[in-house]
Amino acid sequence: MSEANPKQAAPSGAPPAEEQDRVEAQARRAVAAGQGPLARLGEYRHLGLVIALVLLAVVGLVTRPENFATTSNLVTILALASTIGVITVGMTFVIIGGGIDLSVGAIMALASVWATTLATQSYGPWVMVMCALLVGTGAGLINGFLIAYGRMVPFIATLAMLVAARGLAQRMSDRRTQLVQPDNNLLVELSTGRILGVPPLVFVFLAVVVVGWVVLNRTTFGRRTYAVGGNPEAARLAGINVRRHTVILYALSGLCCGIAAVLIMARTTTGSSTHGDLYELDAIAAVIIGGTLLTGGRGTIIGSILGLLIFTLITNLFILNGLNTSDQLIAKGLIIVVAVLLQRRSLETRT
Amino acid sequence: MSELLVMRGIVKQFPGVRALDGVDLEVRAGEVHCLLGQNGAGKSTLIKILAGAHLPDEGTISLAGEEIRPAGPTDAIRLGISTIYQELDLVDGLSVAENIFLGHEKASLGFTRRGETNAAARDLLARLGHGEIRPTTEVGRLSPAGKQVVSMARALSHDARLIVMDEPSAALAHDEVANLFRIIRELTAQGVAVVYISHRLEEIREIGDRVTVLKDGRTAAVGLPARDTPTSTIVSLMTGRNVEYVFPPRPDRAEPGPEVLRVENLSVPGVFANVSFSVRAGEIVGLAGLVGSGRSEIIEAVYGARKASGRVLLDGRPVGAGTDRAVRLGMGLAPEERKAQALLLDESVARNITLAGLGRYSRFGWLDRRRELADARAQIEALDIRPGDPRRPIKTLSGGNQQKAVLARWLIDGGSSSSGAPLRLLLLDEPTRGVDVGARAELYAVIRRLADQGIGVLLVSSEVPEVLGLADRVLVIREGEVVHEAQAGELDEHRVLDLVMAAHPATQEKEDAGE
Repeated sequence: MSEANPKQAAPSGAPPAEEQDRVEAQARRAVAAGQGPLARLGEYRHLGLVIALVLLAVVGLVTRPENFATTSNLVTILALASTIGVITVGMTFVIIGGGIDLSVGAIMALASVWATTLATQSYGPWVMVMCALLVGTGAGLINGFLIAYGRMVPFIATLAMLVAARGLAQRMSDRRTQLVQPDNNLLVELSTGRILGVPPLVFVFLAVVVVGWVVLNRTTFGRRTYAVGGNPEAARLAGINVRRHTVILYALSGLCCGIAAVLIMARTTTGSSTHGDLYELDAIAAVIIGGTLLTGGRGTIIGSILGLLIFTLITNLFILNGLNTSDQLIAKGLIIVVAVLLQRRSLETRT
Repeated sequence: MSELLVMRGIVKQFPGVRALDGVDLEVRAGEVHCLLGQNGAGKSTLIKILAGAHLPDEGTISLAGEEIRPAGPTDAIRLGISTIYQELDLVDGLSVAENIFLGHEKASLGFTRRGETNAAARDLLARLGHGEIRPTTEVGRLSPAGKQVVSMARALSHDARLIVMDEPSAALAHDEVANLFRIIRELTAQGVAVVYISHRLEEIREIGDRVTVLKDGRTAAVGLPARDTPTSTIVSLMTGRNVEYVFPPRPDRAEPGPEVLRVENLSVPGVFANVSFSVRAGEIVGLAGLVGSGRSEIIEAVYGARKASGRVLLDGRPVGAGTDRAVRLGMGLAPEERKAQALLLDESVARNITLAGLGRYSRFGWLDRRRELADARAQIEALDIRPGDPRRPIKTLSGGNQQKAVLARWLIDGGSSSSGAPLRLLLLDEPTRGVDVGARAELYAVIRRLADQGIGVLLVSSEVPEVLGLADRVLVIREGEVVHEAQAGELDEHRVLDLVMAAHPATQEKEDAGE
């Protein structure tokens, strides 16, 4: 299908009327060609991820017909995905904005420890939640200020936070696992309770995804995030306060870690400095598989969540089939490589 | 002396532009041959052909009597042609010696022979009269002049017979230029030919042997004596370019509008100093000057994108640091590098247009996308951006239409929202770079129309005819200072070129002393 040649369409003086009509008709035809139902499906950019997810489900149904499609297994998958899922939403923002956050797992651990100290717990479950959110946001703000105003490379600033936050968590907890007290069982209800047969923490995850999607796609903040990540200089010269925006992005990621800390406390009934080990890698991998560019400026929340579900499903399949966790890691590594190679190819054919 | 390099009838066509249209150049061994011409005359294209970065479409090149066709940088270097670009291509983290032999390291089985490398580097540096630069020093620690010496040593390390220097004095402090000239004289005494590009006529008089002038991709004069040719002859060879510019007429205004912008003693140390001027509503003020004269930096400082001392007032209100404040007060900027500084290339035309004014579509942060799209459409229609599809990726548009989209960004109506201050002052840095001739006329008309609506315009352009044709008033900038101010009608191209290319202070002093 012939595209309208931009050179012809360029206004070199005033082109004759028929020439203009011809070019416009050409452009219309090009647009019309892309509107058939099949073409639309082909253009749906997460098609590959959805297919991969379906394939994995089929593998599950075939290998473990009696276990895979049970409610309890599906609930397990979703509950597992929720904690990292919340972190992945924050990570998607940071990466689209041109940065990276290596400290997410450590911040989550710190928030869980801080919220489960006996002193905090004495104020009840709501204060524990507030504490986790504040600690997460605070650590994110520190990241943001170091990067935006201290002009540190995001990789280094958040690496420092990773190490330091985990150290602080160890110090506060004396390297012991802190139990959620029976008085604060309301928190654990998030995991043990059932709404429509599903633990409430899954709804927390869904809410974060929905809010994240809306903010990214329907607000000025989201639009500016793409601009800041895609071309920071252009964003700055268009009057966007890039530094302030960057601080907010990392604070947002920190807040997500705080929410994730609440979820993990509910699931495990503990706060521990070992929570969330290597979560940063899983979150980054999910974002990359989802088609977000590490260089910033492009990406979607939906893609990241699909990427995460693929990862979680693989874990689940390996466990159900009693396979080695080492092989599971190898499979995940391969998935990352294949996903990125496929995306590169589809990008190249599109342009 | 015999001709070392002979280029005949070189033609190079780029999409939409015939950059070179039959250029001849003859360079003798042991001479300094100066290449002169205005921006867009074809100098850079010509030296890129010599350096092997472009292949000519037509024409022949011969070096020492043999016909050559450099098909890549390595090819050119192997033939003995080295090019020192304006922006030095050194690796800051490597040592002086490692930089000199980068790409042709002295090594056995992949292991570098450091002693030999350093010794060879020391020889080359001594040959250039710079034995004090240690081969083991990290290049990042050297001054610009030191880096220039290293670049030259690298050229020599390839046994260059011909060295092309693109504005080598631009990055140098005044006293360093004399040293550069000394090195060039030593090189030529050893039989090396130098092609020297500079806008500073006085430099050319001091160091050059012969001059070739380019205009509109053609050779206007070959081999003029550098010392004796009158300045007026050279300037008239460079001026009167045949490009057809169509400028909109200036309106007859009985009384000038109120002052929109006032700049007082604006300074950025080392770039420009004590710049003061004002722009009135409805007035287009042009800044004329060479690349590196400080004109773009002045615009950036006015916009709050660069730290500066002094005062900038918009409608009497001080503009501090930070582009967000400048935009809030009613400034807009179309920056010099459209792709790197203005556009989100992967995004649609509409999103590029609304980028700076997103606030006006948001209620508690929520975007009213329908209104956004409608406004983008209105701008596309008003400025006749083609193709007129707001959802099209902006990278598929021509340069002229991309530039219109950048202008459109600042023209969306204020509306009722908080951040939607109406535009008061538009800053344009090279608004027609990469825009073809037909689209230029349209852009000029748009800019004049905006001024007629009462917007103040501050314009920077390397093309003197553009500044003279479009602006009402012109400030001539040289070496970070305003050296002249006049109504555009009172100036001509000749006079402006004289002013911007006037003597380099250092060489001027020396000349005075010598005479």
